[in-house]
Amino acid sequence: MARQSTLSPSHALQGLIAISSREVFKLWNQKGRLFSALVRPSLWLLVFAAGFQNVLGISILPPYETYIPYQVYIVPGLIGIVLLFNGMQSSLAMVYDREMGIMRLLLTAPLPRWYLLSCKLMAGAVLSILQAYAFLIVCLLIRIDIPLIGWLTALPAMLLAALMLGAIGLVLSVYVKQLENFAGTMNFVIFPMFFISSALYPIWKLEESGALIVYYLSMLNPFTHAVELIRFAFYGKFNLISFAVVAVTLIVAMAFAIRGYDPQRGAVGKVRKP
Amino acid sequence: MKSILQVSNAEKAYGEKLALDGVSFDIPAGHFVALLGLNGAGKTTLFQLLTGLFAADSGSITIDGFDIAREPVAVLARLGVVFQQPTLDLDMSVGANLRFHASLRGIRGADRTQRIAKELDRAGLAAEDKRLCRELSGGNRRKVELARALLGNPSLLLMDEATVGLDPASRQTLISEVRSLCTERNTAVLWSTHLVDEAETADAVIVLHQGRILKYGPPAEIISAAGADTLANAFAALTGKDRTNNG
Repeated sequence: MARQSTLSPSHALQGLIAISSREVFKLWNQKGRLFSALVRPSLWLLVFAAGFQNVLGISILPPYETYIPYQVYIVPGLIGIVLLFNGMQSSLAMVYDREMGIMRLLLTAPLPRWYLLSCKLMAGAVLSILQAYAFLIVCLLIRIDIPLIGWLTALPAMLLAALMLGAIGLVLSVYVKQLENFAGTMNFVIFPMFFISSALYPIWKLEESGALIVYYLSMLNPFTHAVELIRFAFYGKFNLISFAVVAVTLIVAMAFAIRGYDPQRGAVGKVRKP
Repeated sequence: MKSILQVSNAEKAYGEKLALDGVSFDIPAGHFVALLGLNGAGKTTLFQLLTGLFAADSGSITIDGFDIAREPVAVLARLGVVFQQPTLDLDMSVGANLRFHASLRGIRGADRTQRIAKELDRAGLAAEDKRLCRELSGGNRRKVELARALLGNPSLLLMDEATVGLDPASRQTLISEVRSLCTERNTAVLWSTHLVDEAETADAVIVLHQGRILKYGPPAEIISAAGADTLANAFAALTGKDRTNNG
């Protein structure tokens, strides 16, 4: 055998396609997962938003140039929750794969560890995007007024947000050793991230109501910035601060995940006895 | 003869507990070496180090000339592994599992199809290509895992207690198949087990106990050195256990 010690581009691409295809295949076989990914935000949109549209007045604020119905306001937030849930679910799948032993097989593939994790992250992001577009179709069917060009302009923002949320999930999967613990962790991560953000209401409302601690937490929450990045992108606008927060969070989370899965330094190798 | 695997003074601890304590040995090409030890001897830890899942605290591991700490990708490209815990995706077909693994190893196109067909044929599972792994018997699942491990034409095949859960006939078939790979393909095999009878036909046996190698050599040599009449008795004498552990 030739002395091959570096990763060739074709091998790298093949690995990425194999891992992504497996994730898509698994999603396709888990119709319930796809269904629940649509039902969750649809319920928020059809029930919660319908009930609250006359309670929560939305003033004109960027990126909007006129008054908008509440249903329009929460669509980027609901896309955010689709991405958030799927990002966490991909990590849950990693914990499951680790318990089932399949993770060992993946980690002993002749690909660099950082690249394998990146492939897993990318595969999870692909699933997130597919589910986000499925939700957008639901929005279209119930005549929510989202500019059609936004479907295209929001794609890079949704991808970046999906990668960031997936990377946070990867970090969690390093430190969570069992599936049961992961369910609890999801509750402590998903709900605070979702509710302490601009997904359901503009965060100036928090400031106005005097909830300053929640207001500042929302400002610091990377999920807020993921939602705002998507919201602006739907209208062809670029939110630099949100982009910077999401990009930096992605890089930092990925660095922690790679370190966590590194057999020389990571928590996976140090904590667990086989 | 060329050494495929060289382990030199490998150590690994979990907190205060030393799981491997200065382990050193070589395995030449085409040799079938049994790693024999009781539960908790350190066999699985050693396999974790050989597969790069964990890193050794000290010492070095070289496979086919590559150091696992410095060139893990090159090492993994030369390894075939069957883990103690089943690692097939049961919701995928036999063929899909093999194609997934081949892709991770950079094997593609006609070469991939050919290798998969060859390994399934060798395992007698050519007709099972489209069956879900969930529908296979335990023995056949192991055969698929072996076929998968061989897709990359490994220089070194690691079998980690691969017969756990198999009936005696399936166990014997698997051992014979792996044994034949040594002569047919010149593959070096490290076969981890706690069952003495699985080690009796090995070219050499490593007796691992409490993280240390007590003996390494051909079965006859180990029997003679222990002043015993069988490998089972030699193993019992070396580890200080009675033969009820021997399986």
